[in-house]
Amino acid sequence: MNEADITQLWVYLSAKPLTGLTITLVAYAIGFWLYQKSDRNPICNPVVIAIALIALLLKVTGTPYATYFEGAQFVHFLLGPATVALAVPLFRQTETLKRALPVIAFGVLFGSLVASASTVILAWALGASPETLASLAPKSVTTPVAMGIAENIGGVPALTAVCVIATGIVGATLGPMVMNMVRLKDWRARGFAMGVASHGIGTARAFQVNETAGAFSGLAMGLNTLATALTIPFLWHWIFG
Amino acid sequence: MIAAFALILVCQLFGEVVSELFDLPVPGPVIGLVLLFVGLLIKRYPPKVLTDAADNLLMHFSLLFVPAGVGVVTQIDRLKGDWLPIAAALIVSTLLTMVLTAFLMSKLLPKAKPGETLEDGQ
Repeated sequence: MNEADITQLWVYLSAKPLTGLTITLVAYAIGFWLYQKSDRNPICNPVVIAIALIALLLKVTGTPYATYFEGAQFVHFLLGPATVALAVPLFRQTETLKRALPVIAFGVLFGSLVASASTVILAWALGASPETLASLAPKSVTTPVAMGIAENIGGVPALTAVCVIATGIVGATLGPMVMNMVRLKDWRARGFAMGVASHGIGTARAFQVNETAGAFSGLAMGLNTLATALTIPFLWHWIFG
Repeated sequence: MIAAFALILVCQLFGEVVSELFDLPVPGPVIGLVLLFVGLLIKRYPPKVLTDAADNLLMHFSLLFVPAGVGVVTQIDRLKGDWLPIAAALIVSTLLTMVLTAFLMSKLLPKAKPGETLEDGQ
């Protein structure tokens, strides 16, 4: 088989949705394998590894993102149902919720506002464009919800997706180290904070470290999704007209 | 399993319809989440097929972020232009939010039971 044949084969294959879908799963499987090989070192985040591998492959083969997404959309689509499914882990925390509802509600609202306000103020002070500001504002909630919010307030959903994932990774890798540094020892508070600040990726990490932390992280993530979706668009339109 | 999956999709579809119909800024899946949560509260004991379906969907939650994340290749120019505010906001604001929220919660939550705090040397 000569080079022309291979190019032709790739042109054929890259147009099939199967290829984008397969690449996504294989890249993630490689990422997950490396993560386990590294003794679950948070620096070896499977999402980052998968994204880097796929981005590199697209670059090397000159494949446009839209072509890749033809196949990858089947995975992407599941974000919606998965968000609905968050009701189940949230429901399992009903007892915890009942016991400390005012504190939990206050904590979630506080975290949600600190996350978006500090992001917007800091990025604005450093000269970010208005679209970038609107794309960054919902960065602490799970991707599909953040993309929906960004679209509503005039951001770029694709940029939001990237920022949301980066936020999750920063929270999952640096968060525990920083909380150790300031000597925060309560697993419930640590988990809760990870869920509020870094959504699903933070929660996945919290579950690996401690069961209690994971449960509180899942609870905080679910409630923060609600709090942010219910407050940010209204606040944004109110403040910026 | 199919019924459980269908139920989750029905909740999402309902959410999308409500969001569109009333022109709400709240994304459809979030309304679907609330609907399912309220349903679970009413039912009290959710069927195992439903909780299994939800757990399966959420087991590799982070995989679902990959396709959107690869979208970074379409945003290179914007990232180059605004890299400093983006990087600063991502790192500083995320860690600030985490530390402040953790502090607040460690003060406000009822006193921790044994096993709920990090022991030294762990």
